Amino acid sequence: MSDRVDQHCILDVKKTGRTVKITVDDKEIEAYEGEPILSALLASGIKINRYTVKKHEPRGLFCGIGQCSDCSMVVDGKANVRTCITPVKEGMVIKTQDGLK
Amino acid sequence: MLERDVVVVGAGPAGLAASIEAAKAGADVLLVDLNMKPGGQLFKQIHKFFGSSAHRSGTRGFEIGKMLLAEAEEAGVEIWLQSTVIGAFPGNLIAIEKGTDGGNKEVITMRAKKLIIATGASENVVRFKGWTTPGVMGAGAAQTMINVNHVKPGKKIVMVGSGNVGLIVSYQLMQAGCDVVALVEAAPKIGGYAVHAAKIRRAGVPIYTQHTVVEAVPGEDGTVCKVVIAKVDDHFQPIPGTEQEIEADTVTIGAGLKPATDMVKLEKCQLTFNGPFGGFIPLHNDRMETSRAGVYVAGDATGVEEANTALEEGRIAGISAVESLGLIGESEAEKKRIEIWGRLEALRMGPFGERRQIEKNNILAEYEEKIGTAVEME
Repeated sequence: MSDRVDQHCILDVKKTGRTVKITVDDKEIEAYEGEPILSALLASGIKINRYTVKKHEPRGLFCGIGQCSDCSMVVDGKANVRTCITPVKEGMVIKTQDGLK
Repeated sequence: MLERDVVVVGAGPAGLAASIEAAKAGADVLLVDLNMKPGGQLFKQIHKFFGSSAHRSGTRGFEIGKMLLAEAEEAGVEIWLQSTVIGAFPGNLIAIEKGTDGGNKEVITMRAKKLIIATGASENVVRFKGWTTPGVMGAGAAQTMINVNHVKPGKKIVMVGSGNVGLIVSYQLMQAGCDVVALVEAAPKIGGYAVHAAKIRRAGVPIYTQHTVVEAVPGEDGTVCKVVIAKVDDHFQPIPGTEQEIEADTVTIGAGLKPATDMVKLEKCQLTFNGPFGGFIPLHNDRMETSRAGVYVAGDATGVEEANTALEEGRIAGISAVESLGLIGESEAEKKRIEIWGRLEALRMGPFGERRQIEKNNILAEYEEKIGTAVEME
């Protein structure tokens, strides 16, 4: 998890949540239970969350607070899940959202 | 049907302060927020606040957030997180969607005797070629990642905009271990406070004034690998031949904020356009009541300012709501409001604040002229 903020002069960044495993596009990654799905993905270097319907362009984190929907993915079979405001649960199966498929 | 004396929408500084005031006066208060945690932007603000001791200067934003949450809990404020207001109907009814995107959601209809809208603001964007490429994001989005989620949005960052958000977030990205490789500003000089700019300069970040981003270039993996900037002319147009490439994986845009008015539109509150406050805002009086009777507003949703003004406006909205419920007397409410407006005037002084005081007065005058007395929704 190299892209975590692991040292900070002001904030306590020590993780307290349980480490769990989730699956992203058939690959297993580690995540902290309860953190936004998007955080776990960024920590594992995953920056593309979906492709647009018409032009098949990639999209990723843009607003980070549930307003823009660019980080939407398919989570446990449900599409259009805003990963920036949806917490990680153990064993979640996440897929890059490709258009309406 | 569920009913509450006061429903507050948005759990940032304005919404928390409004909730605390209302609950302390004995009202049943429900505070709803769509996020996973309450606090709004306060928990992202790890810098020390300015101002007087009355406004907790020298205290970091997230510490103020913790104090407010504790106060809200003590006052008995009920908080629903991951909850979004999706409808408004006559008879003071609102529909609240509760639950996460992936899980089961339910829609709850609620009668809110009084409603306080404190929905905050959203970030402006700058549109350049490739602005939708993964790796391009709001400065606030990057700040959320480092300071709340403790994860880096990228390694090498180009910050666009040198207002206080651009300056402060640049510094905080460095504190989190990211490399800020350029600060790009279209105007001829830095927009934010000199004290913040000095920190960026001392850290050795190259500052490009009179420059703009012309393209975020994706690499083979589809995410940003390179950023092209260029000098701009007096009309902010890129000058051909002045382009230069910067190796970076992230572009963060700090180009100001605009009030989040979806909820006030849903409530059919009358709006006015105000440039210095960031766009369309709801007209309101000195009780923070909108054109709709029993519907109040506070914080950035009434015009983009900062956390302390949001807090104070929230207090006024909370006090006015419980006054109209008959929980506190008119003279007590008026006394408190006068005190708070005095503190707000102190916050709206100086080179950055004076303009906001003038605009605030204009808005209050426009309310008197166009609305006078708030009316019920038909």
